[in-house]
Amino acid sequence: MQGLKKMRMPLIFLLVALLFPLFTDNQYYIYVVTLAFIYAIAVYGMNLVGGYTGQLSLAHAGFFAIGAYALGLLTVDANVPYWLAFVLALVITTVIGTLVGLIALRTKEHFFAIYTLCVGYIIYLIIYEWDALTGGVRGLIGIESPAAIGPITFDTGISNYYLILVFLVLTVIFMKFLTESIVGRTYVAIRNSEELAQTIGINTMKQKLISFVISTFLAGLAGALYASFVRFIGPDISYTMMTFDFLMYAIVGGFGTLFGPVVGTLLIVILTQSLQFMEDFRMIIFGPLLVLLVIFYPRGIVGGYQMWKMKRAYKKKQRSVDQGSTYEGGD
Amino acid sequence: MLIETKGLTKRFGGLVAVNDVEIGIEKGKITAIIGPNGAGKSTLFNLISGYHPSSEGSITFKGEDITKKRSFNIAKLGIARTFQTTNLFETATVMDNVIVGHRLRTKSNVFDAVFRTPRLRREERASRAKAAEVLEFVGLEHEAHRLVQDISQEAKKRVAFALALATDPEIVFLDEPAAGINPDETENLAALIRKMIDRGLTVCLIEHKMQMIMGLADHIVVLNYGKKIAEGTPEEIQTNEEVIEAYLGGGDKHAEAE
Repeated sequence: MQGLKKMRMPLIFLLVALLFPLFTDNQYYIYVVTLAFIYAIAVYGMNLVGGYTGQLSLAHAGFFAIGAYALGLLTVDANVPYWLAFVLALVITTVIGTLVGLIALRTKEHFFAIYTLCVGYIIYLIIYEWDALTGGVRGLIGIESPAAIGPITFDTGISNYYLILVFLVLTVIFMKFLTESIVGRTYVAIRNSEELAQTIGINTMKQKLISFVISTFLAGLAGALYASFVRFIGPDISYTMMTFDFLMYAIVGGFGTLFGPVVGTLLIVILTQSLQFMEDFRMIIFGPLLVLLVIFYPRGIVGGYQMWKMKRAYKKKQRSVDQGSTYEGGD
Repeated sequence: MLIETKGLTKRFGGLVAVNDVEIGIEKGKITAIIGPNGAGKSTLFNLISGYHPSSEGSITFKGEDITKKRSFNIAKLGIARTFQTTNLFETATVMDNVIVGHRLRTKSNVFDAVFRTPRLRREERASRAKAAEVLEFVGLEHEAHRLVQDISQEAKKRVAFALALATDPEIVFLDEPAAGINPDETENLAALIRKMIDRGLTVCLIEHKMQMIMGLADHIVVLNYGKKIAEGTPEEIQTNEEVIEAYLGGGDKHAEAE
């Protein structure tokens, strides 16, 4: 029961997500929220390696794009059946992620961030310039929707919404089990102090690599879902701006928290859409908001909420202790 | 001898931080390493715990050569250490900080975590039990669920001890455990170190608080400019000319000469 009470908020959230399409006829709303779900999956990857393990990878959009292009090319050019292409896209992203990680993780802290930023840009350049394979600046058009699984088809917006919601929920459950286990504690120990982690017997290189590879896997998953949902991809999805969008979602929601990516991504994506009429001027609102958030809630909305709850519980306990003592010592 | 070094040398560019040092750490005893600032004490710790590769010389643990081993493998052999700064995760509870200390004795991987296999459950229970055990040992069982940022400096030192002990070590290296705490707390910490010896552990520490060292250590090694200049019992060290000179800058000799 206690576990259920702790999960009350996420379960309410899930219920709302499940019922949402029934309450709106506006396909555009469903489209936007589905897109936010896809981004949230990618942000979970960034959150794992950056928020938990403390290695800020800025190549994330690159891996998102590798997943998307792998799926797109396999289904459009190679005519591979959809779900096989889907699995292959994940394998391809993960293999490239492993190779990049092996080299990138030899650098530390901001050097790692700079290195991965460069890797991300190189991935963008390759996609942009390798016209023969990727279609260059024209991109890939006509990627097919996810193939039917038995009687369930995915050719409408709503069916795609539910398919992607399932992947998002699976991602959250995966992250919950991973980060709350002793394996996740290992990652947090590395973020906390790599030196200390090594002296308590943690092979930090190996653990960092594993969390980096999982993060690229999630980026690839999100990318593959994106490709078959939007059905058109261009090199811009691998651009540096995309990485920083992901980073913004993670920071706003709460870097290193379980629900931060969903909260941050939904909030910013919906906010961005509602401020569409302001065009690029909306950055005038975002910029200061982000600055204020980072100053007052460095661990984002979810992290701030957790801190507030913890302090309240502690104060409550303290108050009951105080009252108890005046009772005993009252004269 | 539990740990022995022979001709141990570390050069950082032109600087010889540790120069041809030969020490032996006896099992079940407290060995203290003292010396003026910059004498190479912490570097010596870093060499033994595998944090820096040595330039020359060898280190053996129970007769096994560990000179080339990496730090996480050295930890697995049963050599733990603490740092001068505590490096704890401030916004997590004391318990959460210590649980991960037993990680090196577990084998669970990502697969175990995601599918919550029996192995993971067993190892998590073991890690939690170990954390509770070492927190009780260092006298922090009542602080276990407080945030690290809310506890005293001395308690933080104890958490760092607990974390080192959670790795199931045979020997613990303590880098200035009593830095930044008051005399009463220093006495409590010294009592804790003795308690560790009573439990069959071996301790090697760096410390500047001479009163504490002289009352605590069985064996003292004095370093100066990276070289071992003396070793012996506290009494022997207190009367050693060369040690006094290193600490007081050789002023005495001149005074005598005049």
